[in-house]
Amino acid sequence: MQDSANKAAGILIIGASSAIARATARLYAAQGCRLHLIARNPESLRKTADDLTVRGASAVTLSTLDVNDFDRHEEVLQQALQTLGTVDLALICHGSLPDQRASEADFELARHEINTNGLSVISLLTVLSTHFMKQASGTIAVVTSVAGDRGRQSNYVYGSVKAMVSTYLQGLRGRLRPFHVNVLDIRPGFVDSPMTAHLQKGPLWSSPQRIGKIIVRSVSRGRHTVYAPAYWALIMFIVRSIPEALFKRIKL
Amino acid sequence: MEISGWGNYPKLDVRLDEPIESAGIMAALGQVVASGQVIARGAGRSYGDSSLSRHVVSSRFMDNFIDFDAERGLLSCASGATLEQVLDFSVPRGWLIPVLPGTRFISIGGAIASDIHGKNHHRDGCFSNFVESFTLLLASGEIVRCSRDSNRPLFEASCGGMGLTGIILTATLQLEKISSAYIKQQIFPAANLDAIFDLFEQRCADKYSVAWIDCLAKGQARGRSVLFAGEQADQGGLENRRRITLSAPPVFPAALINRVSIGAFNRLYYRLQARGRGPATRHYQDYFFPLDWIRGWNRLYGKKGFIQYQFVVPQDSARETIEQVLTEIADQGKGSFLSVLKKMGPENTNPLSFPLEGYTLALDFKLEKSLFPLLDRLDSMVVDSGGRLYLTKDARMSKEIFTRSYPRLDEFRRIKAEVDPESLFGSMQSRRLGLSD
Repeated sequence: MQDSANKAAGILIIGASSAIARATARLYAAQGCRLHLIARNPESLRKTADDLTVRGASAVTLSTLDVNDFDRHEEVLQQALQTLGTVDLALICHGSLPDQRASEADFELARHEINTNGLSVISLLTVLSTHFMKQASGTIAVVTSVAGDRGRQSNYVYGSVKAMVSTYLQGLRGRLRPFHVNVLDIRPGFVDSPMTAHLQKGPLWSSPQRIGKIIVRSVSRGRHTVYAPAYWALIMFIVRSIPEALFKRIKL
Repeated sequence: MEISGWGNYPKLDVRLDEPIESAGIMAALGQVVASGQVIARGAGRSYGDSSLSRHVVSSRFMDNFIDFDAERGLLSCASGATLEQVLDFSVPRGWLIPVLPGTRFISIGGAIASDIHGKNHHRDGCFSNFVESFTLLLASGEIVRCSRDSNRPLFEASCGGMGLTGIILTATLQLEKISSAYIKQQIFPAANLDAIFDLFEQRCADKYSVAWIDCLAKGQARGRSVLFAGEQADQGGLENRRRITLSAPPVFPAALINRVSIGAFNRLYYRLQARGRGPATRHYQDYFFPLDWIRGWNRLYGKKGFIQYQFVVPQDSARETIEQVLTEIADQGKGSFLSVLKKMGPENTNPLSFPLEGYTLALDFKLEKSLFPLLDRLDSMVVDSGGRLYLTKDARMSKEIFTRSYPRLDEFRRIKAEVDPESLFGSMQSRRLGLSD
């Protein structure tokens, strides 16, 4: 990915220690991009930075941030944006998979998950959108989930937060369009990552590497909503088409 | 969670930790006490029960590169990185992993713990020959660097040590300079066992050699084979290829794998290859990893799984023993699509490393009750002639057979007792073989 001045593209990744973020960052590193990584754990960040440097990134810079520390969002992002100069892509990848049962009974737990997966993303997008508007180019990409397409009894805390982010992105997309900024919503299905380590895997599962490739391709093609892999578009179409009267009886 | 090795036999309900950080491994180790023993697992490509234990710590998300010295071809990476990840990175830069097995989907940690061999074993030896150093997490929680210069006994015991000395965290590998991603291949058909042994002895100077063998052919044709010899090409470019891969169906009726289908496949395969073709240039991925194009091929053996039986027998008794083994298998009508014969070079100084100078034969058998008595008989033939079985493929060998066939077992036990006195590290296999209590 090269910008018009033929300088290496600048990529900002939030939640850079997530498996999908790492896989995506490696692909950009191999293209010689400049990367700025934001994540909570400094040790893990440093390792990721070494990895990306070995793989060919022309520069890797870092900031540590706990996304639930909302007060620091503005400061950390401004510093990151300044370091990178032109930002061709801002990718938000962080997230957690709530324990649905526990968060049904404990609102504090639910609130924490909503903050991590939803409100923190919206707070970060608020800062980013202002910057991208001024810059008048680039892509903002957010990893959401197919879980946001319909509230299922097995996973509706997570699903509803992801739905909030997806709906927010739809509005933001329209707002930033006149400024030549693309807003990309990546909706992965089951991904075999540390976040899902405790779940039994099956044929519908994909690797973070596969999702990473889809992200890179979707960014360069200027897509807006991408199911990853594409067969999830069909699965979720069917899931959305089931009448609610029936759906509420399905243990899904 | 229920997991198994690549052979889908045996299966075990385990506690599986998959940390992204060595800190996560330390945390997991702290909790082992309750469940007994723990074993490291990489890509899960060993066939039997080597990476199964009540508590399993997987390194598969610890796959970061640490450093690459482009002048000397030295790569440091975390142990969960796969050969595929390394090759995708190194081949376009003109560096190849010097020892490659039949699949690129294994982890670096697993390659060390199995001390894997490749088609060039007769010339270049095992994977450990190209391991500069690795870091090992011991039962005490201490992390030590092992190489030929520091902690040599521990280095040697861990190469081929099946994860029983500790958990390999990172490794530094010496890669091999190449000027092309291609292999010049020559195919030689051999009408029977004598012909293939003669061919192997004649083609000793070739860098790579491996033979497919028809394990069901009888009489005059017993042991008919096709030898694939290879040399590094110097032209063709350094690009990695991305071919479309097929995926085996999630469920496959194992009944389709039987004497008739295997026999038909083998006859057809031999006829196609024996037509005699001149030298051809093949991409390294096609030459080394023909089965990688079928994702999940292990599922073709059905739900119950399969056993890969790989043994090595010393040079002087090889022809006789392998003929004996093939006769026994053909008489029973058991057999496999891909049986592989290969000449091996001298053994190394790692106490549990598999290869020794002679011939190795690898066979796949669909799991069925009648298989076990047959394999027990093969065990005796192999061990009586001074051979042994490959631990990475093993799922059922007896303690007695193992003890008789690995003469440097006591040396390994001594080192293990030193670094892991309470036997924190152990697998189903190590308990079966009396390697950990």
